[in-house]
Amino acid sequence: MQTVTKEMLIAKAAELLDNGSVTRVFGWQKGEFDYDVTPALFHSAAEMEKDFVWNDFCGANFSKYLIKDKGEGKVLVFLKPCDTYSFNQLLTEHRFDREKVYAVGIPCDGMADIRLIKEEAGEGVTGVDTEGDELVVHTLYDGDIRLNRGDFLAERCKVCKSKKHVAYDELMGDDGEIADSARFDEVAKLEAMSADERFAFWQNELSRCIRCNACRDVCPACSCEKCVFGNPKSGVENKAASDSFEEKMFHIIRAFHVAGRCTDCGECSRVCPQHIPLHLLNRKFIKDIDTFYGEYQAGAEVGSRAPLVDYTEGDIEPSKAVERGGANA
Amino acid sequence: MQRIGVFVCWCGTNIAGTVDVVKVAQTLANEPGVVFSADYQYMCSQAGQDMIKEAVKKHKLTGLVICSCSPRMHEATFRKTAAAAGLNPYMVEIANIREQCSWVHKEMPIGTEKAIILGKAAVAKVNLNAPLTPGESPVTKRALVIGGGIAGIQTALDIADAGFPVDIVEKLPTIGGKMAQLDKTFPTLDCAACILTPKMVDAGQHEKIRIFSYSEVTDIGGFVGNFHVTIKKKARYVREDLCTGCGLCTEKCPQKKVPNEFNLGMDTRRAIYIPFAQAVPKIAAIDEDYCTMLKTGKCGVCAKVCTAGAIDYKQQDEYITVDYGAIVAATGYNPISMDKFDEFAYSQSKDVITSLEFERLTNAAGPTAGKLLRPSDGKHPHTIVFVQCVGSRCSGADKGKEYCSKICCMYTAKHAMLTRDKYPDTDVYVFYIDVRTPGKNFDEFYRRAVEEYGVHYIKGMVGKVTPDGDKLVVQASDLLAGKQMKIDADLVVLAAAIEPDKSARPLATLLTASMDTNDFFTEAHPKLRPVESPTAGVFLSGTCQGPKDIPETVSQAGAAASKVIGLLAKDKLMGNPCVAHSDEMMCNGCSSCEKVCPYGAITYADKEYRMPDRTTKVRRVAVVNEAVCQGCGCCTVACPSGAMDLKGFASAQIMAEVDAICK
Repeated sequence: MQTVTKEMLIAKAAELLDNGSVTRVFGWQKGEFDYDVTPALFHSAAEMEKDFVWNDFCGANFSKYLIKDKGEGKVLVFLKPCDTYSFNQLLTEHRFDREKVYAVGIPCDGMADIRLIKEEAGEGVTGVDTEGDELVVHTLYDGDIRLNRGDFLAERCKVCKSKKHVAYDELMGDDGEIADSARFDEVAKLEAMSADERFAFWQNELSRCIRCNACRDVCPACSCEKCVFGNPKSGVENKAASDSFEEKMFHIIRAFHVAGRCTDCGECSRVCPQHIPLHLLNRKFIKDIDTFYGEYQAGAEVGSRAPLVDYTEGDIEPSKAVERGGANA
Repeated sequence: MQRIGVFVCWCGTNIAGTVDVVKVAQTLANEPGVVFSADYQYMCSQAGQDMIKEAVKKHKLTGLVICSCSPRMHEATFRKTAAAAGLNPYMVEIANIREQCSWVHKEMPIGTEKAIILGKAAVAKVNLNAPLTPGESPVTKRALVIGGGIAGIQTALDIADAGFPVDIVEKLPTIGGKMAQLDKTFPTLDCAACILTPKMVDAGQHEKIRIFSYSEVTDIGGFVGNFHVTIKKKARYVREDLCTGCGLCTEKCPQKKVPNEFNLGMDTRRAIYIPFAQAVPKIAAIDEDYCTMLKTGKCGVCAKVCTAGAIDYKQQDEYITVDYGAIVAATGYNPISMDKFDEFAYSQSKDVITSLEFERLTNAAGPTAGKLLRPSDGKHPHTIVFVQCVGSRCSGADKGKEYCSKICCMYTAKHAMLTRDKYPDTDVYVFYIDVRTPGKNFDEFYRRAVEEYGVHYIKGMVGKVTPDGDKLVVQASDLLAGKQMKIDADLVVLAAAIEPDKSARPLATLLTASMDTNDFFTEAHPKLRPVESPTAGVFLSGTCQGPKDIPETVSQAGAAASKVIGLLAKDKLMGNPCVAHSDEMMCNGCSSCEKVCPYGAITYADKEYRMPDRTTKVRRVAVVNEAVCQGCGCCTVACPSGAMDLKGFASAQIMAEVDAICK
């Protein structure tokens, strides 16, 4: 159950639009169904009254939209705790002008995963309401189905790393704490596999990739002016995979490119139409960086030097990486 | 499209012995862009070079691939050949078919196949090469020598004598280093101080030499010819401009119980001190760890007795920045700690000492005024056991070092001989693994110790030393006689291995100079460039590069100086055109490249750009200072979008090489 309501957010936006603090608002817009939520730019309270939503399906992270945002005056952006890490990371990389943004931190009680709900409730889901700890799923064929909300949260929310905002101009509701997250458990399971098993696992997952580029397009770390996969000079521009190995290369290269900059926001897996657990690749990198160079959370603070672009005398020697990472590193 | 000429060198039989050079030349002739291909016995010879020049003219070549030895050997040669033929020198690529091919393979078919692949990669690269022009940078005509031992002093003197100003930075209050602590020097047995102190005085008085004693280098920026160095002058609480070195303060200071590091802690000094009588500069320093005034504010005796008014308890560390054209590392060595060698009872008995401590015990300026007396009871020792290779030549190196410390055989022969000479009633044993005495008059010196002075040289190692009453029971094996020995010794002297000074590793980081696993500085080439670091403008003098005795150190110091002089004599340096550059339209301005640049060559600028959507946008983009960039390529790897690339080693060129190899 989200503690801050949609009405409170609209009222806050209306207040800031009225007093001229901001001229536009990044917010979630309702789609055909309650759970089809789209990122949108609103210019008035009236527009927001009509289309703005704040419910258990507002996963979209607006940080990346600030890069392309243009327009006079400030833009209002609502940031959930995990979004603020991306926000800071992009500031560290000088990707948007902090002065042109008014960030309102809002608490988040986790976002539901419509895939899990549909798996349980079956076809014909027309809407989902939240009532306390329960989700009320409206269906065409089976009427209302009540589900325990906690079981149907997105994976990234079940292992939420932080309920604490690391950046905002104004905070609505109460701030939370950095959680003792079990987010590396899944990575540990992969590490425990033999090389062959792990290869088979990723072969199976990644073979579903259709190279729609949604993971790249949504990723706040994939914010290059020109992506290597969109650069004719790179030789790999928008190339369809010619064999089952190439789609792996796309994801592995992408994971390398965002290593040390990925905040583990989980957007890649949320938007993947093929349900590939892409975040696990990034999390493996985060875990390795933590192990080799000491714990580091990208975006925890603005201007921090990520271990991969920093040098200290204590840095691990390449030869030691295998030893420290264990036999399956 | 390039018109490429391929030239395959036989290198006598060096290459032709394991590579079918004719086949390589014929195969590469079919590669895209290749219009001429030939082989020749010695491509680097005048005739070979003339052949290249003629081919360039006759076939209108635009690029050259030389299949020969490592580019480290002859790349410069062939670039000059290309330039003489009217080509841009950077249109030459070397395929290393000697070190990386013919020398490592034994079978002709394998060697030939690999040579062809390496040649194809080079052809693929040349197809994408573009002419490059190096920039120029000026040279600051001043050198920095880090370390004021005999190596640093000699290097500084030689540079200064050539007319260039030099600064010596020494971390201790005086220059002189380890040599100042030695008693006599092998193989001539002249007194170390007698030959060192005149050089110290020369350095101190030379109009071209400045000595920053009690100082450390804390930061180094810039590049060859243009280094910017920050030097921390540690507070010595004595004003250098006023102190006359009279030494009165060092006699009156009531704090008498400070271990005297010059005598390796075998006696004490005062809290205000001049390390030794011939110190240069002869200026006192206050040891802030022991000075009562500095610690409690109650004392001030030295200030009262100082007639020059030189004492300043409020002195602070001072940081100065100086520009240099060249930097010489001369950081020296230390004996290793004996902590891991307790089988020799070093920590249990005062009468187990290291060789450097023995030097002080026999030195007239040492704690016993040169009389050989046991540290424990001040009695004359009658049986002395010298143990060689303590921590040297340790296999596995879980304790000690794998290398030979090189100086121990000779100084131990010297110690043994001098002991027998002064105290003929003393029995002297030397336990050794091997006696290694190559060097002019070295072996003769060692034989004199054995034959004329009757030193007992025993091949075998000491297993254990056990203090027993006022004796030290030495258990050892005599390998030649095949028996165990037990000696009741009065004094045991350990020839401790030497290791680079601890300051060398952080200095190497500041210099971006490379080191080996033992923290000795690495040479640019172990045989042909032994006094240069691979980092341009950084030179190596003395034991920071490897164990050396005094004559070798002085030779190397002079060699390093001559290299520095050669550099400083130039007015301008040609830069390396293989530097990074950024495609500004692709740059995100994210600062990754700036963070990884070891040379500080990357800055950012806000520039206006006309964007594809016909708007004008101010974007933050990376700008490379080509004079500072060393072309290491870190930035190209860190750049997430691939905007940063390296001229001469562009990602596309490297990929073309990889593709050619994998085809």
